[in-house]
Amino acid sequence: MNKLWKILLVAVALIPAVSFAKHSTEGEAHKAELTKEEHRKLNTEYVKHHTLDSHDFGLFTNEETGTHIGFPLPVILWDDGLHVFMSSAFHAEEGNEHGVAESKGNYYLIGHHDGKIYSCDEHGTILEDVSEDADGKEVVSEIKPLDLSITKNVFSTLLICLLMFFLFRSVAKSYKTGLAPTGVAKFFEPIILFIRDDIAIPNIGEKAHKKYMVYLLTVFFFIWFLNLAGMTPLGINVTGNIAVTAGLAIFTFLITNFSAKKDYWMHIFWMPGVPVPMKIMLIPIELVGMIVKPFALMIRLYANMLAGHIVLGSLIAVVVYFDSYLAKGAFVGLTFFMNIIELLVAALQAYIFTMLTALYFGSAAAEHAHEEAH
Amino acid sequence: MDKLLEQFSFGLFFWQALLFIGLLLLLRKFAWKPILGAVNEREEKISESLDLAEKTKQEMQALQTQNENLLKEARAERDSMIKDAKEIASKMVEDAKGKAKEEAEKVMVSAHESINSEKAAAISELKTQVAAFSIEIAERLVRSELSAADKQKALADKLAEDINLN
Repeated sequence: MNKLWKILLVAVALIPAVSFAKHSTEGEAHKAELTKEEHRKLNTEYVKHHTLDSHDFGLFTNEETGTHIGFPLPVILWDDGLHVFMSSAFHAEEGNEHGVAESKGNYYLIGHHDGKIYSCDEHGTILEDVSEDADGKEVVSEIKPLDLSITKNVFSTLLICLLMFFLFRSVAKSYKTGLAPTGVAKFFEPIILFIRDDIAIPNIGEKAHKKYMVYLLTVFFFIWFLNLAGMTPLGINVTGNIAVTAGLAIFTFLITNFSAKKDYWMHIFWMPGVPVPMKIMLIPIELVGMIVKPFALMIRLYANMLAGHIVLGSLIAVVVYFDSYLAKGAFVGLTFFMNIIELLVAALQAYIFTMLTALYFGSAAAEHAHEEAH
Repeated sequence: MDKLLEQFSFGLFFWQALLFIGLLLLLRKFAWKPILGAVNEREEKISESLDLAEKTKQEMQALQTQNENLLKEARAERDSMIKDAKEIASKMVEDAKGKAKEEAEKVMVSAHESINSEKAAAISELKTQVAAFSIEIAERLVRSELSAADKQKALADKLAEDINLN
């Protein structure tokens, strides 16, 4: 286990020096003046905000002084040219009350409702684009540059990728000294073998599973580690973001279809063993199924992780919301219980994603063996 | 659904896909291949070792049975050898006994023969001696008898009587 700790230390050391920044002053309304309704709304916003991606890595916020502790991340925009600057440029301060960032003569700000970057003028007014839709109606849309920033989620993913790389390289290295597992390999080998023996081989088959192992192992540990990262108080929510799960689902979709054998396509376009009219009727259904499968993968992981974060965030908000210490204590207990459930869900969702991916790969790799079942 | 699409961040999607592909390639080269290779190698080694152990066990068993057979054969051979030796020994003893008896008989026979011949010789010698003694005694007797005339006559008469009787 020594090596794992070393890797974790390296990962922590990679986080740049924590900087202090004073954010917008609008949150300075005193808590006491809030009505219950407003308080509730604020809490809802707070929980929602924490499930979203952001352009800087916030670690801690003192609401009374409006001080945010964290560090800025690079913003990369494509807006008729490349714009690169640090997200600290968005911080509202003296002379820049709206938090407008300037780059090469263009002005940008972060929308408060969704945390996205909008084009604006130097006074902080969001630029709008007026266009006509097919019916000739005027459509007003706010202009957003193509945002390729290293956001909090990208940064967290990068950290997890580095952690995974060093971790599993050290696992691989431990086999050089002898064939028996040592160190971290003792912990990870059973999991790797579980994926091979209980997920890949039963679903894909003894012969065909080998070429899919790399993807299955990577996707399992990637999701699991990111889920676990979401359990930390850093407020990372990578797997609860639809862009991430969509990416993973698309990989599964592409690998399934590009590695598919004749039998897979036969089952879609000319289902064996049913009458001809049925064969024709089944084509669109199967085609939809082709898309629905990875779509379900995407939604399942996204919804589970997001829901977990919202439930945990709400429970923590409830702890703050109640005045009675008895109620606070009870909800701390409930939060603890939910945390343990989430810990299970983190592994379970990674397992389900990998399992179903293996199932789809199995249908793509099947050769005649499946035919006998008809 | 609209909200979902609105929330979809292309930048995050792009970076995440890039990072994931990078991770996939790196881990394939530096982690999964060596790990799965080592695990496979070990599994093969284990199954090979088990096979070898089974084989060795069978060989051992075969060897043991062979040894047992050999031992059995050796034992049987020994027994037969002992039996043969015993037979030969007893035969030899028998033979020796027979020979000795024969020899002894022979010796006895020859002893008997020589005793008999000696005896016969001794008897014949004794006879001649006795005859000589008797002749001498008879001569002396005759001489003394014949010294007196009457005695000579009486004797002659007696002799004549004996002859007549015969």
